[in-house]
Amino acid sequence: MGVMESSIKTSEAPLSRDDLARLVARDIAPGSFVNLGIGQPTLVSNYLTEDQDITLHTENGMLGMGPEAKDDEIDEDLINAGKIPVTELPGASYFHHADSFAMMRGGHLDICVLGAFQVSVTGDLANWHTGAPGAIPAVGGAMDLATGAKDVFVMMTLLTREGASKIVETCTYPLTGVGCVTRVYTDKAVFLTGPGGITVRETFGCTLEELQELVPVPLKAAAAA
Amino acid sequence: MLNFVESVQEAVSGIKDGSTVMIGGFGNAGQPFELIDALMDCGATDLTVVNNNAGQGDQGLALLIKEGRVRKMICSFPRQSDSWHFDARYKAGQIELELVPQGNLAERIRAAGAGIGGFFTPTGYGTMLAEGKETRIIDGRGQVFETPIHADVALIKALKADGKGNLVYRKTARNFGPIMAAAARHTIVQVAEIVPTGALDPENVVTPGIYVNTVVRVPAAADTTAGSTTGTEEKVA
Repeated sequence: MGVMESSIKTSEAPLSRDDLARLVARDIAPGSFVNLGIGQPTLVSNYLTEDQDITLHTENGMLGMGPEAKDDEIDEDLINAGKIPVTELPGASYFHHADSFAMMRGGHLDICVLGAFQVSVTGDLANWHTGAPGAIPAVGGAMDLATGAKDVFVMMTLLTREGASKIVETCTYPLTGVGCVTRVYTDKAVFLTGPGGITVRETFGCTLEELQELVPVPLKAAAAA
Repeated sequence: MLNFVESVQEAVSGIKDGSTVMIGGFGNAGQPFELIDALMDCGATDLTVVNNNAGQGDQGLALLIKEGRVRKMICSFPRQSDSWHFDARYKAGQIELELVPQGNLAERIRAAGAGIGGFFTPTGYGTMLAEGKETRIIDGRGQVFETPIHADVALIKALKADGKGNLVYRKTARNFGPIMAAAARHTIVQVAEIVPTGALDPENVVTPGIYVNTVVRVPAAADTTAGSTTGTEEKVA
C-alpha cells in the first residue's frame, strides 16, 4: 500500500491556483469544445495551447471566444457569461440563447469546468446557493452546464476557510445537479468520481493517508489509467 | 401586422397594466434601454417581466423595479453586485420571483414561440428548482416537465431591420432576441438602422419578419450614458 500511495503523490507542495489551472488545461483533449465557468475556471484559458485547438463556448451565445478584450478591442456587444468584454477568434460563431443551451443539453459540449461549494461521493454538485435564510437565489446557467456537458470538471480548494472538506458524503447545500461531476481538481488532490465511488488520481503535498485525514469519506487510489 | 413608428413612446403605447413583458438582453448587450425607458414613461404597471436578470445599476429594468411597476420577475440570475433595486424590493416582499435555470428559461421561451405545450429536460432534476414539478425517467435519466412562457409583449434590440421586419443582430447582443420575438403576441424591436427591403441577404436573416410587429429606429449612441434620451425623431435617410 505504501508504495501505491507514494506513487500518486506528484508534487511536494499543494498546487497554486495557476498550477491547478495549468493541470486542468493539460488534461483537456485536443479539439475539445469547452465551457469555462466564472471565477477560478476562467484561469484555465491562460494555459490552453494553440496545438490543443480548443474551442471555447460562452453560454450567452458564442463559440470561438478569444481572450478578454483590452482598450480599443472593447465592444459592449461582445461579452462573456460573466459580462466581461471578450474578443472573437477566426472561425467564431454567434447564436441565440436557446441554441446555446441546446448545445449543452444535447451533449455536444465536451467539458465544462465549474467552481463548487461541495461535491459528494456520487458526483452530486452544489455550487449555486448557500441556502442561507434571506439569501437571494440566483442560478444562471449552473444547472444547465452541470447537466449538459459530457464531462464536468470541478476546480476548487479542497477545504473551506474553516477547514471543512468540500468533498462530502452528501451535499448539505442545495444541489445544482445529481451525479454529474466526473473529476474534481483541488489544491491537494485530483479526485475521480464514477460508479465505483470516489478515487484519488494524484495528490499534491500530501500522501493519500494524510489526505484521508482531511476528507470524511473513504478514499482509495484510482486504478492506473 | 408590421408597423414602423417614429418614436419609442409610440412603440410602447399599447402596453397595458398587468401585461407580461419579455425584455431581451444579457447584461447590457442587447438590452433595449430606450424601449424600457419609454415603458417607464408610459405608466404601465403590475407587470410580469421576463429577462435573464433583474436589472443592474440605476437604469433600464432596474428603474422599473425601483418604481414598483414590476409585480413578478421570471429570470435566472437576479442577484448581482449592482442589483440593489431588485434586492430591496425582494427583501421587502414586494416582488415575486420565479427563478428558472437559464437554459430552461431559454427553452421555455422557445417552446412558447414554437407552439410546444411543454417538454421534459434533465436540467434541474433532483434540485429545489424542480420541487413540485412532474418528473419522469427517460432513457435512464431523470427529467423535469417544464412549460412554455408566453408573453403579451416583447421588447428587443437588433442591429438592422428591413422593410419586411427581417432582423439581424450584432455579436452576443443576439442572446434572447430571436426567441422572445417568436414567443410574444406583439414584438417591438428597436434597431440602429432600417434598411430597404432587399438589402439584407436572405441567407443571413436571423429573425424573419413574421415575428415582428413594431419597429422603431434608435440610432446607436456613441456613448451609452446618453442612451436614455429617445433620439428617434431623426428620419431614416
